[in-house]
Amino acid sequence: MSDIADRVKKIVVEHLDVEEDKVTETASFIDDLGADSLDTVELVMAFEEEFGIEIPDDAAETIQTFGDAVKFITEAS
Amino acid sequence: MFDLTGKNALITGASGGIGGEIAKALHAAGATVGLSGTRVEPLEALAAELGERAHVLPCNLSDKEAVEALPKQAAEAMGSVDILVNNAGITRDNLFMRMSDDEWDSVLNVNLTSTMKLCKGVLRGMMKARWGRIVNISSIVGATGNPGQGNYAAAKAGMVGMSKSLAYEVATRGITVNCVAPGFIATAMTDKLTDDQKDKINAQIPAARMGTPEEIAAAVLYLASNEAGYTTGTTLHVNGGMAML
Repeated sequence: MSDIADRVKKIVVEHLDVEEDKVTETASFIDDLGADSLDTVELVMAFEEEFGIEIPDDAAETIQTFGDAVKFITEAS
Repeated sequence: MFDLTGKNALITGASGGIGGEIAKALHAAGATVGLSGTRVEPLEALAAELGERAHVLPCNLSDKEAVEALPKQAAEAMGSVDILVNNAGITRDNLFMRMSDDEWDSVLNVNLTSTMKLCKGVLRGMMKARWGRIVNISSIVGATGNPGQGNYAAAKAGMVGMSKSLAYEVATRGITVNCVAPGFIATAMTDKLTDDQKDKINAQIPAARMGTPEEIAAAVLYLASNEAGYTTGTTLHVNGGMAML
């Protein structure tokens, strides 16, 4: 697993208080990991800070799963 | 009670009678205050009077870019914004039939849109801190209406609906959003009224007098406190019984 994926996973595990093995490629933050819509906003904020990137609102809406997040951040950074 | 030591508060319209008193009350409770307003002189005079823990942050709320920059400037000056008091407001009164688009737009823009933008600008820090207090200063006319103030009443009522919606969204993050709705308050503005005009106003108020800026500040202080953590989405009417809502 890439460094980016590790760091994203760490944020997700800490923020949503879920088991690490639940955070799979296709795991949806809301449907599988128990996030509410505000949690997803906070996750995006945390990603922005961790990776020093800007995630615009329309892009943030497309980040639904752990895999989406890793893909977006990999491309952006 | 109501110890705000270590909290940083941004107050708009701090150059006015009510805003200045709000700043004094929060400061007296231990908060660091960011004094915002369009007129720099009264802000600096107030900061000098308060001494330590006071920052002057001039901002013209009709300037979109200045509004967007203010939360950042406040956080840079104070370290964070834990308490936001949207007190600034303007009036451009006119009969509804004569009200121009400009009169409508400018009042909605300064009183409602800038409030929304400032709330948005401070939320990130509050969400991270899991603590925040937003107090929006509405008005009795937002609930009762007032002839000649269709624009002002719309903005002040809009503030209440906006505050309730935001209160819903951020309640789980330890952030409360409330309104204070003053009735007639004695300020420099009401000093200009004649005794006859004042008597007519007082006759409509069960308490038979105008309120003081200190009485508004006390309501804000409560809503800004740790003790008010379970009070959110509400409007505290401070009007001497003029409208019992």
